[in-house]
Amino acid sequence: MTYRPKLAVFKFASCDGCQLSLLDAEDRLLDVAGAVDIAYFLEATSRVVPGPYDVALVEGSITTPHDAERIREVRRQSKFLMTIGACATAGGIQALRNWADTSEYLKVVYARPEYIRTLATSTAIADHVPVDFELRGCPINHHQLVEVIAALVAGRRPRTPGHSVCLDCKRRGTVCIAVAKGTPCLGPVTQSGCGAICPAYDRGCYGCYGPVGQANVTSLADHYVNAGTSPQQLVPLLRNFNGYAPEFRKESERLAR
Amino acid sequence: MPETRTIRVEALSRVEGEGALNIRLRDGTIENVQLNIYEPPRFFEALLRGRPLEEVPDITARICGICPVAYQMSSVHALEAALGIGISPEIRRLRRLLYCGEWIESHALHIHFLHAPDFLGYESGIAMAADHPLEVRRGLRLKKHGNQLLEVLGGRAIHPVNVAVGGFYRAPRREELAALIPDFEWGLEAAVDMTRWLAGLPFPEFTRPYEMVALSHPDEYPFNEGDVASTAGYTIRVSEYERRFEELHVSHSTALQSQRTETAGCYFVGPLARVNLCRDRLSPAARRLADDIIGFETPCLNPYKSIIARGLEVVHVYEEALSILRDYRPFQPARIAFTHRAGEGCAATEAPRGLIYHRYRVNAEGLVEFAKIVPPTSQNQKQIEDDLKAYLPSIMAEPDNRVAELCERLVRNYDPCISCSTHFLKLHWDRR
Ligand code: SF4
Repeated sequence: MTYRPKLAVFKFASCDGCQLSLLDAEDRLLDVAGAVDIAYFLEATSRVVPGPYDVALVEGSITTPHDAERIREVRRQSKFLMTIGACATAGGIQALRNWADTSEYLKVVYARPEYIRTLATSTAIADHVPVDFELRGCPINHHQLVEVIAALVAGRRPRTPGHSVCLDCKRRGTVCIAVAKGTPCLGPVTQSGCGAICPAYDRGCYGCYGPVGQANVTSLADHYVNAGTSPQQLVPLLRNFNGYAPEFRKESERLAR
Repeated sequence: MPETRTIRVEALSRVEGEGALNIRLRDGTIENVQLNIYEPPRFFEALLRGRPLEEVPDITARICGICPVAYQMSSVHALEAALGIGISPEIRRLRRLLYCGEWIESHALHIHFLHAPDFLGYESGIAMAADHPLEVRRGLRLKKHGNQLLEVLGGRAIHPVNVAVGGFYRAPRREELAALIPDFEWGLEAAVDMTRWLAGLPFPEFTRPYEMVALSHPDEYPFNEGDVASTAGYTIRVSEYERRFEELHVSHSTALQSQRTETAGCYFVGPLARVNLCRDRLSPAARRLADDIIGFETPCLNPYKSIIARGLEVVHVYEEALSILRDYRPFQPARIAFTHRAGEGCAATEAPRGLIYHRYRVNAEGLVEFAKIVPPTSQNQKQIEDDLKAYLPSIMAEPDNRVAELCERLVRNYDPCISCSTHFLKLHWDRR
């Protein structure tokens, strides 16, 4: 019998877009479903098989005291824990609260803030438990997800390319939007995976795959400031879906000073 | 001492599901039903404050990974109202086309992966595929068409990058869209077959005296604009929405709940509401199918038949998408230029799962000062509780796991946003 790893999908604070990516791999979905044992995936099946699990896909960030507990239990039950998406790897857009007063946020949205239990921060899964592999993106790329699952089924360690979006633009033959139009673009400091879509649609990259390894965000930001973009424009550009990833965070805090 | 029993055994000992159903009985009769939603709050309306308005469609998309386009469309229309921007007919058509992609994708997903398995007795669409390979593979192919359209027009299927305040960042090239036509021709026929299949599913007898609410437009099936119409007989402008409908914060849920302001009653939004209110504006193929082939009777007050309404809408969007794809010519400008000014505006559009309302106030620097977002699921939540309350007495004699299963099915009729749509219910009986 071939090895059919027991797969579980867990959700924390998120939009469900990343786990939905698995169902978006239409052509390969039934093959994937045959290669793994989908033991816990509330979005797709009412079949629930108890842990432990071979592979856990974790979507979403930690924003409540209950979830801070729950992720530890998920970790205990999972041999290989992989985070999927910007929420899980960097805290997501909801990490904007980390720069704000969460009690103010509560009052803005809820008539009865006392009904809500929430943490003052939204943090990445790796801030709470050890993570074996991270798949980046807001949302993740479903081709990458299928590749990673295939690697795990084959007993290989998964790998994803570590270059910047910039290089993908060159490969696609997209004219550099930063050079040609002076649009501030995060492509040079953002990890590949999306396919460099934003510049191909005439807009700058907004960093939804998070910082690439050894990103020099400061020198890119200085370059845009010298070319005429105000720091006030760059701060929200860095502070979005991966705003709390350390490299983006440090730079937005420097610019905001 | 109330007797409280937790029935569902959870997969992980300390892991709670996404939702729970609390049922309070007094002397054997149901006194109260509460649908708990544990979605951790993400505070979108707060975190939008102070952000550049150009980012709003990108940020609000992240509220929901299954209907990002609905959030993008509603936000750009509301912001355009605030800024006094009028869009061109070309942009308007392209936005309808984008919405077609999302409706196909979302409806095909819900029909095949979440809903049809309930009628046929499967735990999932994947399990159903073993016995119904044709239907599931056809469904996957339809879903893929929706995604392909979103990819061409939006850059990607989940959280498209091409939607801008004022229009699109880039209008597609003619050949990019033309390449989709053969698939969509196949899809239109496949959608008709699919809907005939859906019409033959075994439907429980269950009807309620619903008030159904949907956008209504004189000349077209509602996507991006229209007035708010109700089966209770009134039609109002979108700008009056907040006077007729209010949001409440109830203690048992992190999702706000909407209700009718005057009556405190619940109401029903979604495909069945749209078909009931706008049937005569369905495309010719969808109308023919409803009238002559499956004989779909409206008003239809059986929520389980939402799956047929969804099918009819898939036929409609294929036909509408095809006509836009065939007539498409690239145009300029893809995006209407605008200048910042202080203002306030609202808009409603039709998400796959029902009416969605946004209102924003922006300042002269182009920053958001205020945001209000009313998603379809919070509008349906009170209606869902009301349905469960009416339904439970007829199934209370069943074992608890069966009760949970049957309640989940009733909830899935509403195609609630996915985290609370799926397999989640934990029952708490509170017997007094
Ligand atoms: S990373 Fe983005 S797409 Fe994925 S769950 Fe979070 S908000 Fe959704």
